Amino acid sequence: MNLSGNDLPKILVFSTEKISDPAIDMAGLLKLHYPPRVYTIPIPCSSAVKPRWILKAFEQGFDGVFIAADGTDCPYGESCTEKTGVVVQRTQEMLKEKGIEPAKLRMAAICSVCSEAFVKQMKNFTEYLVTQKTN
Amino acid sequence: MKTKIGVYICHCGGNISDYVDVKKVREAVKDIEGVEISLDTMFACADSSQKQISDDVAEKGLDGLVVASCSPKLHYPTFSACAERGGLNKYNYVHANIREQVSWAHSDNKEAATEKAIKIVKAAIARVKESAALEPIEIKAQKSIAVLGAGVAGMRAAKELADLGIQVYLIEREHFTGGRVSQLDYLCGADITGKELVTHLYEKIHEHPNVTLFTGAEVIEKGGSIGNFKIKVKITPRFIKKECNPEELKKAIEVCPVEVEDDFNFNITKRKAIYKNYDSEYPQIPTIDNKNCTRCGECEKVCSSIDFSQKEEILDLTVGSILAATGFDPYQPKDGEFGWGIGNVVTLPQFRRIINMCDDKLIYKGKEIKDIAYIYCVGSRQVDGDNKYCSRYCCTATLYTSILTHKKYKGINSYHFNRGIRTYGKQEVIYDEASRLGDIFLQSYEYDPPVVEKVNGKTNVKIEDILTGGREIEVDADLVVLVTGMEPRNDCTIGDVLKIPKGRDRFYNEIHMKLRPVETVIDGITIAGACQGPKNIMESMNSALSAAAKSYSIVNKGELALEPIIAKVDKKTCIWCGKCAEACPYDAIEMIKENGKEIAEINASVCKGCGMCLPVCESNSIDMDGFTDVEIESMISVLAES
Repeated sequence: MNLSGNDLPKILVFSTEKISDPAIDMAGLLKLHYPPRVYTIPIPCSSAVKPRWILKAFEQGFDGVFIAADGTDCPYGESCTEKTGVVVQRTQEMLKEKGIEPAKLRMAAICSVCSEAFVKQMKNFTEYLVTQKTN
Repeated sequence: MKTKIGVYICHCGGNISDYVDVKKVREAVKDIEGVEISLDTMFACADSSQKQISDDVAEKGLDGLVVASCSPKLHYPTFSACAERGGLNKYNYVHANIREQVSWAHSDNKEAATEKAIKIVKAAIARVKESAALEPIEIKAQKSIAVLGAGVAGMRAAKELADLGIQVYLIEREHFTGGRVSQLDYLCGADITGKELVTHLYEKIHEHPNVTLFTGAEVIEKGGSIGNFKIKVKITPRFIKKECNPEELKKAIEVCPVEVEDDFNFNITKRKAIYKNYDSEYPQIPTIDNKNCTRCGECEKVCSSIDFSQKEEILDLTVGSILAATGFDPYQPKDGEFGWGIGNVVTLPQFRRIINMCDDKLIYKGKEIKDIAYIYCVGSRQVDGDNKYCSRYCCTATLYTSILTHKKYKGINSYHFNRGIRTYGKQEVIYDEASRLGDIFLQSYEYDPPVVEKVNGKTNVKIEDILTGGREIEVDADLVVLVTGMEPRNDCTIGDVLKIPKGRDRFYNEIHMKLRPVETVIDGITIAGACQGPKNIMESMNSALSAAAKSYSIVNKGELALEPIIAKVDKKTCIWCGKCAEACPYDAIEMIKENGKEIAEINASVCKGCGMCLPVCESNSIDMDGFTDVEIESMISVLAES
């Protein structure tokens, strides 16, 4: 991938304040670089993301939306991942109806020490979105 | 909608402004509608900057505040307090993270970093415009603390907390207290031994009614959150009855036929499967090493205190805070590293044990030792390995060990192959004393370390000594001592259970080494001692006191002020489908009838603000304070702008 500036896809990340945000912060601390058009909005729990926020992001011009799920670490309970999965599935169906590729919405568990995993996810997702843009 | 917003953009002394054009960011936001004042500042967290922010809030009557700086984990409390001091509700403050998530993450692309910083500050302004003033929610916090690790740091913290009236659960993985310090027979700059120090601390906690000590115990699960952590502790059996007969136990140790490497003595001696590391060790009851015991039954024949029927136990504890003081492991040299494995090469911890075992003459493997070569920075300040850090304690410990050998034995010659001696602070007097005793110091660069080889049956150490202009100097040593540093615990299961982040050095990471040195990003969990990074005993004790004070501040009032981030229902649009109540993990939502209409009602004292009810509401009648649709969607719109 050899893209820069406005050619890069724009990704919105919904990240949890207590779990995945520390991992994203630590990626910066460790100078683990990832594409700069990745923007983060912190939320309390990944299962709190409303489908309308995701749809809004695509409407406004984001190329991809990534939900950094708490996994088993969620301070609010074990059902978080399952509930986030339901939200993602439901929203992907809505995206399909709107003619947007459902795979442009991704979710993965990012724990408080998963800095490298986050960077890898962002790089992979960007690469995928580039192929979608160019196809 | 806020109309008088103050925006402050921090340079962080270059941490941000080296990669982000801060002036450009300020220019980009200064004319946004509603922005009353926009300034950039070298250090927003400096006292003078904080005062300016709170003064501006008060004098200009600001109704919204944005500070763009480091992670909110570090300074959200600082700047929200500035807002409060100026008379603004702290929930009308929005923090923009342009250091960890911008300048550091994109230090390879300054232009893109600046563009991203502009978007993030604009999004924060959009959010603060829609923010509402809120009041905090009080919850009960358990007045108990779990201290993990009964080494000197853990025991010191436990004693301090117990003295302050807190119920302390001191949880030690080993069957004995004391940790690494109990392996030390002498301490630099102190008149007592490590064992005596451990005993002294043990006696303090043993007699304290507020301390409950668990040995052979490990935290295997953690749930809940700050104020109310729920932990599961696995307690492995000692296989010896509490009321035991010491004489019979001595016999049991004698008759045990199993001999294994004694890791307490760094494998230079053997121990039995039933053992105690040293006579004055606490608790005073020996233990049976379950991994190596063959259940031959010999001990049972001579000792009535043996009890193989003891079973593993699981305890459930609820604590307000967790203080981790889980220690370090000494670096283990690799085969061939500075001659490791060629015969008369030992590590510093092993050498200290050898000194303790030899009275008049220093003997190793039957041979008297006269010429000792110390090789520094083994496993520390590595050029190729992962351990880039200095282990801090080893220069002083080595020089003090060398001085002791001179005092205890005659005719010792010490050669110190170092990379620059780091006896910082008052420890310089140790360096001075070793020099006066005739120790010879030879120094090399990190890329040209000394070479240890067997030459004609002798152990030869060769160095290009930079102190004599690069002259090649050789020493035939009777014993080579590798000055090994500290490493993070090899078994760091507890870190995985608690999810404590690790730094680049693989030790547990504090939020900020100067500003929040004992707190972790997991609210309510503090760290102390060498699990956080190499420290000497005094530094470990100091960090233990600091962590104890921080954990105490969390639980001491018995209540915590939590963020008032809770869900709220729009009564007009709610048609009670019950899905929100099904999604709520806390049973905070129930159906009520109002004016003949069934609607959802949220119990504010039970709602934890997780937001699980938000996406399931098909009529979109639930919003959450601080994360309302208008706030989130205004941010999305700004971030999406080209």
